[in-house]
Amino acid sequence: MSGTGSMTENVLLETPDVAVIGGGPSGLTAARELAAGGLDVLVLDRERQAGGIPRHSDHTGYGVRDLHRVMTGPAYARLLVERALEAGARVRTSAMVTGWSGERALDVTTPEGRVRVDARAVVLATGARERPRTARLVPGDRPPGVMNTGQLQNLVHLHHREVGTRAVIVGAELVSWSAALTLREAGCRTVLMTTEQPHAESYAAFSVPGRAVLRVPVATRTRVVRIIGHHAVEAVEVEDLATGTRRTVPCDTVIFTGDWIPDHELARAAGLDMDPGSKGPLVDNALRTSRPGVFAVGNLIHPVDTADIAALDGRHVARHVRDYLAGALPYGPGIPLRAEAPFTWVSPGLIRPGAGTPPRERILLWSAEPRLVARVEVTQDGRRIARRTLPWPVSPGRVFRVPSSMLSGADPHGGPITIALA
Amino acid sequence: MNARQMRYGPLPVERVDVAVIGGGVVGAAVARALAGHELSVALVEARCDVGDGTSKANTAILHTGFDATPGTLESRLVRRGCELLAEYAGATGIPVERTGAVLVAWTDEELAALPGLAAKAVKNGYERCEIIGAEEVYRQVPALAPGALGGLTVPDESIICPWTTTLAFATEALSRGAYVLLNTRVEGVESGGDGDTVLRTGRGTLRAGWVVNAAGLGSDVIDGLFGHRRFTVTPRRGELFVFDKQARPMVNRIVLPVPSSRGKGVLVSPTIYGNVMLGPTAEDRDDRTDTSTSEHGFDFLLEKGRKLMPALLDEEVTASYAGLRAATEHGDYQVHLDAGQRYLVLGGIRSTGLTSAMALAEHTLGLLGDAGLRLDAKATLPDPPRMPNIGEAFPRPYQRADLIAEDPAYGTAVCFCERVTEGEIRDALASPIPPADVDGLRRRTRALMGRCQGFFCGAEVEKRLRAGESQ
Repeated sequence: MSGTGSMTENVLLETPDVAVIGGGPSGLTAARELAAGGLDVLVLDRERQAGGIPRHSDHTGYGVRDLHRVMTGPAYARLLVERALEAGARVRTSAMVTGWSGERALDVTTPEGRVRVDARAVVLATGARERPRTARLVPGDRPPGVMNTGQLQNLVHLHHREVGTRAVIVGAELVSWSAALTLREAGCRTVLMTTEQPHAESYAAFSVPGRAVLRVPVATRTRVVRIIGHHAVEAVEVEDLATGTRRTVPCDTVIFTGDWIPDHELARAAGLDMDPGSKGPLVDNALRTSRPGVFAVGNLIHPVDTADIAALDGRHVARHVRDYLAGALPYGPGIPLRAEAPFTWVSPGLIRPGAGTPPRERILLWSAEPRLVARVEVTQDGRRIARRTLPWPVSPGRVFRVPSSMLSGADPHGGPITIALA
Repeated sequence: MNARQMRYGPLPVERVDVAVIGGGVVGAAVARALAGHELSVALVEARCDVGDGTSKANTAILHTGFDATPGTLESRLVRRGCELLAEYAGATGIPVERTGAVLVAWTDEELAALPGLAAKAVKNGYERCEIIGAEEVYRQVPALAPGALGGLTVPDESIICPWTTTLAFATEALSRGAYVLLNTRVEGVESGGDGDTVLRTGRGTLRAGWVVNAAGLGSDVIDGLFGHRRFTVTPRRGELFVFDKQARPMVNRIVLPVPSSRGKGVLVSPTIYGNVMLGPTAEDRDDRTDTSTSEHGFDFLLEKGRKLMPALLDEEVTASYAGLRAATEHGDYQVHLDAGQRYLVLGGIRSTGLTSAMALAEHTLGLLGDAGLRLDAKATLPDPPRMPNIGEAFPRPYQRADLIAEDPAYGTAVCFCERVTEGEIRDALASPIPPADVDGLRRRTRALMGRCQGFFCGAEVEKRLRAGESQ
């Protein structure tokens, strides 16, 4: 069935049933599920090793909700690769998709040559990255020593490099604590964490005792306004948002954490409908994009949730990919799902009646501000269809989940549905 | 001379016929031209790389010279340099795209200024400008904010890679036998007897029969060491935003402001790497080394961007930087020959210097030849270098099945955002003038200049750079 290795005009041709772009938790899990169902699945990963971000997140807490065990990032990444291979998926590394040559056809650069992958269905699982300093418009000098958590963890865990001795971390959310752990391991003290939020986020794995061990001072309601140092970082200037006063904090390393943006370039190159909030491709409850046969999963559509949740998207999408390949599930109109401030995005952004529940029967939202009590209200065409106080708070820097059952009262022929905090 | 002698240790030469101070685009072009003759030539650069000063932070436009002040040396050299560089770019593979430009008038005053600008262009020898109405402006640049009243087209304005240009000149100077001396700051100047000049540098002394001062921001200081006070360089800081490649379809040509009483506006331009640039600001500074960016600069650019092309601001900024233009109190280039001292200064070369560099080199040969320097063209010269293509409009190694089939390293991506392969990084590290640091590697390959700024590949690129250095 698969046409591995045939060649036209110097370009190799591959014709899998499903091409999965990105070999992180969501892509590998989708690949495993689809291959286990007997389909020819080809995973394309641009890194030299598949596994995605967990490869260099050398702390525990992975695999909880998808594999029902707790493991480190690298062990989790290895296991997901093994499971995909075991199910019969092909995982091709150092394979960078550079563009589209058809509705579901891809141009790929590999060491073995240029490859055209002509698939029957495509699953986009390209993940997300942290916004770098440049995109955050932080002025000042431009010395080395300023980086994102991704680069830091690559340096420390994969390349075993030293970083500086005094770091300032921008952000105080889940990933920021992960950065603090990595810095500590590399012998670098975090002298300050800054956040524009009134509270630092915490996380089960780095809960209050964890933070006490790390001994990181957190400056809430502050922001870094300038980086100082010609050839190396010497300090950052930190502004107190309440008073406007500024102080200089000496340091030799600055880590910009969080502030996620999906790696959405392929989605945009395809001309898919995009979600202006998350900046990922717009998907429905079946994780279908606006192009038939092209699906999107993981942190590309919800930047970012934890790896296990991303992985479960992969499990969810498999059924819908199979249905699509079997010719089922014709496209009907969807109802736009919107979120009001302080929410900045909601995923999925489209509810298609009849397409089943979204992954884990949850709607995912991201908030710019914290709320201790989450009174959620769902409305459609000026009519309230549900109202509930959820037993978990709204916190910036982590996904807020709303049971999709709160949407069950929506009129399938009605207008946009809005989720808001009352 | 090997790559090490270029940067470290005692100078590999005691005396040269001509020393060119400043390894920017102008100095490198002059050294290349001189080295085509039976002369020993040294290009003397204070920094660790060629093109590491003002030349690297240029607006990267190959100018027609349509808006120069007619009758000036700058006007003449820009026009001539544009021809020379366009031809040289073809021969060496320096990426150039003839995008054309449109000056957009937003006020009646600006609209009224267009015929004068078209007439000035003719005086500068450029006859292809055309005045267009608002409708045509929006046809050419649909993403422009509402309110444009009309425009003036300059169909031959082009974008070019300033990094490859400087590097090509320096590489060819080297292959023609010139010494390229980096990390070599000129600290003092003495008379050496016999009419020679002795340059005191951080790496020892260098005697030179003739000295050409192309020291950019430091050209007035060097001029002072020769006993002159002819001009003062006031560094004019220009801050720029570079937007993500997703913005590129919005900007298919250079959008220029009309000079008016409102002050100088900013331009929006495609870049040769497939991005969009917004800027520059213009701010006179004292510190000649301060290339930091500023909050007020960013605010200014954001405000200008909102007025010019609001949709641009929805895209991510992948880089912001600041360059210092070598502005002087004079309206024209400061080119002065002192035959007695056997000394020539090429000062006050502003951002047009990228375009005029080869014409400045030609002009330099003429001046030095007239002043008595013997110029015998070498009987044979090596072929011009073929530079790696880092432009977006031309096939790059990752797209070339033929190249990858020969060498899998060109099919192995290292920097994903910019699609830079292992083969290109290896080639840069093994090139005649290898990079000294990450910035140098970036200018030769585009590695790390993309949207992720190292999130994915920063550690891997650094590893390769270190491995290259240790060889």
